[in-house]
Amino acid sequence: MNFFMDLIVGGLAIGACYALIALAMVIIYKTSEVPNFAQGEMAMLATFVAYTMMANYGAGFWTSVIITMVFAFALGALLEICFLRPAEDPGVLGAIVITLGAEMILYGIAGWKWGANQNPFPVPFSEYSGVTISGVVITEINFWTLTVSLAVMLILFLFFRFTKLGTAMKAVQQNPFAAKAMGIPTRRILTFTWGLSSMTGAIAGMLIAPIATLDPNMMLDPMLKGFAGGVLGGLTSLPGAAAGAYLLGIIENLFGGYVSLEFKSVVAFGVIVLILCVKPSGLFVKHYKRKV
Amino acid sequence: MTSRKNNSVIPHALQVDQKNDLFILFFRRREAILPIANLLTWVGKDSETYRCLTMDMKRDYYEDIQLCKTRTALVLTIALFCCLMIIPFLLGDYNIYIVNLIAIHAIVAIGLNILVGYTGQISLGHAGFFAIGAYTSVLLMVKGGVPFPVALLAAGFVSAGFGFLLGLPSLRLEGPYLAIATLGFGMAVTQIISHWDFAGGHMGLAAPKMSIGPFVADTGLEQYAIIMSVAAIMTIAAINLMKTRVGRALVAIRDSEIAAEAMGVNVLKYKTLAFAISAFYTGVGGALMAFALAHISAGSFNLILSITFLAMIIVGGLGSIMGSILGAALLTYLQIKLQVIQEAPIVGPILLDISKRFFTAEGLPNIQSIIIGGIMIGIVIFEPLGMRGIYLRFKRYWRMWPF
Repeated sequence: MNFFMDLIVGGLAIGACYALIALAMVIIYKTSEVPNFAQGEMAMLATFVAYTMMANYGAGFWTSVIITMVFAFALGALLEICFLRPAEDPGVLGAIVITLGAEMILYGIAGWKWGANQNPFPVPFSEYSGVTISGVVITEINFWTLTVSLAVMLILFLFFRFTKLGTAMKAVQQNPFAAKAMGIPTRRILTFTWGLSSMTGAIAGMLIAPIATLDPNMMLDPMLKGFAGGVLGGLTSLPGAAAGAYLLGIIENLFGGYVSLEFKSVVAFGVIVLILCVKPSGLFVKHYKRKV
Repeated sequence: MTSRKNNSVIPHALQVDQKNDLFILFFRRREAILPIANLLTWVGKDSETYRCLTMDMKRDYYEDIQLCKTRTALVLTIALFCCLMIIPFLLGDYNIYIVNLIAIHAIVAIGLNILVGYTGQISLGHAGFFAIGAYTSVLLMVKGGVPFPVALLAAGFVSAGFGFLLGLPSLRLEGPYLAIATLGFGMAVTQIISHWDFAGGHMGLAAPKMSIGPFVADTGLEQYAIIMSVAAIMTIAAINLMKTRVGRALVAIRDSEIAAEAMGVNVLKYKTLAFAISAFYTGVGGALMAFALAHISAGSFNLILSITFLAMIIVGGLGSIMGSILGAALLTYLQIKLQVIQEAPIVGPILLDISKRFFTAEGLPNIQSIIIGGIMIGIVIFEPLGMRGIYLRFKRYWRMWPF
């Protein structure tokens, strides 16, 4: 039973990281219907900036985090302005190609700048010690990962519900033309969306970096899992995507613990394909069938 | 002023008799070039340009499905085949190797274009089919002792079978959902193969030599003969396929699935068929790749490979066989050359210097992903039709030249 609970806790922790990435992707997907494949590399680059601040410039952890957040916002906004704004109505395939191109550019930059070395990412939390609740160990890093991801979700929820900017973003999501007619600067909102999403992704990157090692390939797998989790829950709903990502993390960890560690990453995608066959728009979203 | 206008090129060109009108535009002294002009007229009289100028429309269904629509096309095709036969003798070993890779990638790009460009589905999992083809052929030959041509066909058909299976969920999925499903398939194939001891696991497998009967392909030149013949056959097959009922059904599904269904196109059949055909091409390409590289390992069939395949058809032009070949050629060449960019004549040392100052020198080959990514984005933003779009614009400009 303890083994089971350990697996659940581990699954929740990794699911929290996936959920943050899924949220970051859903924020963009909802506003502009762009599935952002560059999300992982954006987060990876931001994490590298945090690492460089700490390793080369001797900045403190929290200072680095703040600088990284600013960098992530700028990066997201820059990508939107440079790559997506000039493309006029690229369609789903065009949008996917643009983000894949952005992914390759960012990957190339990170590989060029930092090489393929695996760098340790220091955090002020322990990976091994933690609290024990009735035999189940919750390490500090797992605890903080869960807390931070829940906090980010809460902040996003409050932001979308209660601030003017959040409401404007929701308006752009629902009907860009009407939003524009109402005086909302839709283009600026889109840029801001990318910035916000990039920040969310960067948090995920900094939570994953201590568990994995920091190298340009670090975010490839988590990004795909996050995206898969988002698809599992439904790309058009923020809570749905987050729930799907948590579910994916738990399923993956349970499979890894009980059946086979080697095929752990395969099962995630197998589950996705199976569930999509039954519910084509994800678990928590009503399927919207396109009409003529 | 008026007299100058009368003497200008434009009215003059249109006033001359129809026979040599095209060439008058380029050669003002027709007497001197009459023999050449006559020969060119025989070729050109049937050309699209000529038809356009003389309002010569197609009158027959069979005129539309001919392989070489015009005499010009026929002559150019024959010239192309002659070139393909001659060039290997002019190139060095290394260049033949590059051309072989281009031909293989062109097969894959055509296959992917049938799915993405013609049928309008998205696939980020073609590295998976590529791996299936490569491993099927090598395993059959090494463990099963099957002759090469059979193994090559088997690679295609096994891959097509998996394509059919992947096509089934695609019936209900679209857009990003389809992208993630295909991507998951590609990742799963790589993972399973790398943990499968029968297939060599992480270490990979050494591929035997290609051989047809007594003919064994030892050198790059002999490999070229096999690879290029397969590529040529599959290209012609694809061109023909797109002109048949199947091709038109696929295009109809791309343009509007609902309308196609209403017109009586069996969407279930043709969508899975598109996946199967596409997977067949990719599987054959993968098999040839295994023999061209002489060694395969699961790690090389990764997501980046799938993205590169997609980039090839985007850069070349969606929904175009010629575009697939152009894109495959450009990207393969760039990839190989950019790997060793530090050896380039002028740019190399400068880049190496920049790398040492601001970046890391050993990370310099990563510049290829930056450039390829940049090309992908640039094409979508500035030239959505890809290299084929550039070609079409050039052609139109040329045809309408004085205007």
